Amino acid sequence: MRLPVFYFRILVVIALTNNILLVDQLKKHFFTYQGIVKAVDGINFFIKEGETFGLVGESGSGKSTVAYTVVGMYRPTKGKIIYQGDKDISQDSRKRPLALKKEIQIVFQDPGTSLNPSMTIKDILELPLKVHNIGKNHEGRINKVKELLEMVQLPMSYIYKYPSMIGGGEKQMVAIARALATNPSLVLLDEPTSALDVSVQAKLINMLIQFQKEFNLSYLFITHDLSLMRNVASRVAIMYLGKLCEIAPSSEFFKNPLHPYTQMLLSSIPVISDEEEALKPKKIISTGEIPSPVNIPPGCSFHFRCPKKMDICSREDPIITEINEGHTVRCHLYTK
Amino acid sequence: MSKPLLEIKNLHVWFKVFGGILKVLDGVNFTVRSGEKVGLVGEAGCGKTTTMKAIMRLLSMPPAIIPKGEILFKGKDILRMNQAELQQIRKEKISMIFQDPTAALNPVFTIGTQIQDAVRFSERSGRKMKKDEIKARAIQVLKEVSLPDQERVLQNYPIQLSGGMRQRVCISMALVSASELIIGDEPGTSLDVTIKDQILKLLKELAKKHDTSIILISHALGTVKNMTDKVYVMYAGAMVELAKTKELFAHPLHPYSQGLLAAIPRLTGGGIGEGIDGHIPEYINPPKGCRFHPRCKQAMPICKDKKPPFFKVSENHEVACFLFQNFGGDCIDK
Repeated sequence: MRLPVFYFRILVVIALTNNILLVDQLKKHFFTYQGIVKAVDGINFFIKEGETFGLVGESGSGKSTVAYTVVGMYRPTKGKIIYQGDKDISQDSRKRPLALKKEIQIVFQDPGTSLNPSMTIKDILELPLKVHNIGKNHEGRINKVKELLEMVQLPMSYIYKYPSMIGGGEKQMVAIARALATNPSLVLLDEPTSALDVSVQAKLINMLIQFQKEFNLSYLFITHDLSLMRNVASRVAIMYLGKLCEIAPSSEFFKNPLHPYTQMLLSSIPVISDEEEALKPKKIISTGEIPSPVNIPPGCSFHFRCPKKMDICSREDPIITEINEGHTVRCHLYTK
Repeated sequence: MSKPLLEIKNLHVWFKVFGGILKVLDGVNFTVRSGEKVGLVGEAGCGKTTTMKAIMRLLSMPPAIIPKGEILFKGKDILRMNQAELQQIRKEKISMIFQDPTAALNPVFTIGTQIQDAVRFSERSGRKMKKDEIKARAIQVLKEVSLPDQERVLQNYPIQLSGGMRQRVCISMALVSASELIIGDEPGTSLDVTIKDQILKLLKELAKKHDTSIILISHALGTVKNMTDKVYVMYAGAMVELAKTKELFAHPLHPYSQGLLAAIPRLTGGGIGEGIDGHIPEYINPPKGCRFHPRCKQAMPICKDKKPPFFKVSENHEVACFLFQNFGGDCIDK
C-alpha cells in the first residue's frame, strides 16, 4: 500500500518544482595560440527552484566558466541554457532582455577586485537599482540601499565609505547585497568565501542560507571546499577538465562516492575530527596533477591519474550512467 | 625532553607606518624542540608570517622594528648575530618554504640555475664543489621530491612548470640547505586539494627521513592535524593556546580556538557554526589587555586591563585566558 503513495508524492514533487535552470550539452571553447581550450565541454545539469546546487572542482576545471556563461559574460560555443523552463538564454547577452538579466545575479570570488575602488558603497549598491529602475527617485533608491545594508547587517555609516576602508568579509557582504539588490531568483556564487577566514566564512554562509529561505532563492554554489559543500548544497556535481564526473544528492554523495576522482578528492581533504576521518575513502592515494586543458588526453580525461584505470579508459570517453535515483556517474567502471 | 632547538621569548615586532606604529607582535613565546613538528594556526593578519620572517631575519628594517624580545637558536640570539653568523644559519640550519611558489622562484632564471645556486652556497663540507658534483646534487634533490624527468626540469623556467611542480622545486631547494629546521609558511595554500595532500605527505616523509624539525604555518586547522605533534594558536600578535595536537582538537579551551573550531564546516554535515563576530583589531591602536576581548563572549572586567599570561591547565595544555587562572593554580609567566 505504501508504494503507490510514494510514487504519487514523487509525481506531485515533479509537478510542483520546476527547474529554474536547465543546462543542456553546454560547451565553451576558447581559441588561443596554443590551441583550443575546451574549458567547458558538454555538460548537463539542472537546478530546481529553491535548492542549492554545488559545483566542485580543482582550479582550471571550468567551474567559473560555467557561471560566467550562465550569467551571460560569455557566449556559449554550443548547447542550450534554459531559464524557468521556457526562456532560452544561450544567445548573446546583449540580446537578453533586461527583465531576465535582473533575475540572474552573480557574486564573485574576490571582493577586493569585484568592487570598484573609486565608488562608495552607496554608489555600488545604487547602480543595479538605477539600471533596473528600482526605486523611483534618488530618495527611494537611498532608502533601498539602506535596507540592503541592514539586511547584510552592516552599519549605516558604511554608506559613504570606500571598499578599501572595510574588511574582506564586509566587502563580500556588500557584493552579496549588490547581487540581491535587483531581487533575483537565481544567484551564482563563484567561490564566495575562498578569500575569507573560517570565522568570517561561517557568518557569511549562515547569512546566505537565511536569505535563501527568506527570498526563495536558488543558488549555484561553486567552491573547491568539499566540507563546506557538504553543509550548504542539496545536490553536488564534480567537475574535472570541463566535464562533470558525478552528480548526486549531497548526503548520498559523501556516503557513497563512486567516481575514482571523487574518491581521490574526498580522501585528500584535511579534516579535524575522527568521525570525519572515518568517512574518507582510505585506499585512494592522490597522484599526478590536472593536465593542461589545451591537451586533454584521449578517452577519459582522468585516466592518467586514475588508480582503477582499465584498457578501455585510454580509448573511449565514458558516457553518463545513472546508478541510483539522481546519482549519475561518468566512468567505465559502472557501464555495463 | 630534548633541549629546545628554537626558542622565541617575548618577541615584539612593530612597523613604522604613516599613521603611527603598527604593534603587530605583542610578546610572542614559541618553542621548538629538535625533531618536533610544530603547527602554528591563526587567521589572516594575525602575525604568523611576521614571526617566521623575524626568525630568518627577513623583515626589512625599517619599517620593522624589534623593540623587545629574543630569538634563540640553540642558545644563540639570532637578532644579535653578525652577518656571517646569520648567513651560516641560513645556509645550513634553517630554511623556509613560502606560500606562493610562483612568487618565490625567479621567473627569469631556469630551475637549474636556481637550485644549483642553492647547492653552491650551501656546501656543507667547506670546500668548493665541482660543476658536475653540483648538478648531480641538484638532480638528487629533485629525485627526493619525486619530480619526474629531472634533467628536463633543470632546464625549464618556472612558468613552464605547474603549481604543484613549482612547490616541489621550492621544497627541494629548502632540502638542499637544511638542515635542522624547515619552516613551511602555508606550503599548500595556493594549491588544489589533491596536490596539497601530495605536497604535505611529501614534506612529512622527508622530515622523517632527514630527522628535521618542522614549523608548519596554516590558517586551515585540518592541515595541521595530521602533520604536527603540537599546535600553537595565534591571535592578533600573541599566542593564545598551546597544546598537543590531539588534545587541542578534542578540548579547545580558549574562546577563540573554540570559535575557530566550531566555524569549520564538517564533512559529516549538520550545518556550520556561528563564526566569530567582528574582526582582527587594528594594530595601530590595539585594544588594551587581552586583544581578543572585544570579540569574546565570555569577557570579564580583568580582560580589559591585563594581558593574560599562559596558564598551565594540564601537562600538555597551556592557555592564555583569565577563565583558567584558577585552574591548577600553576601560573607560568613566560
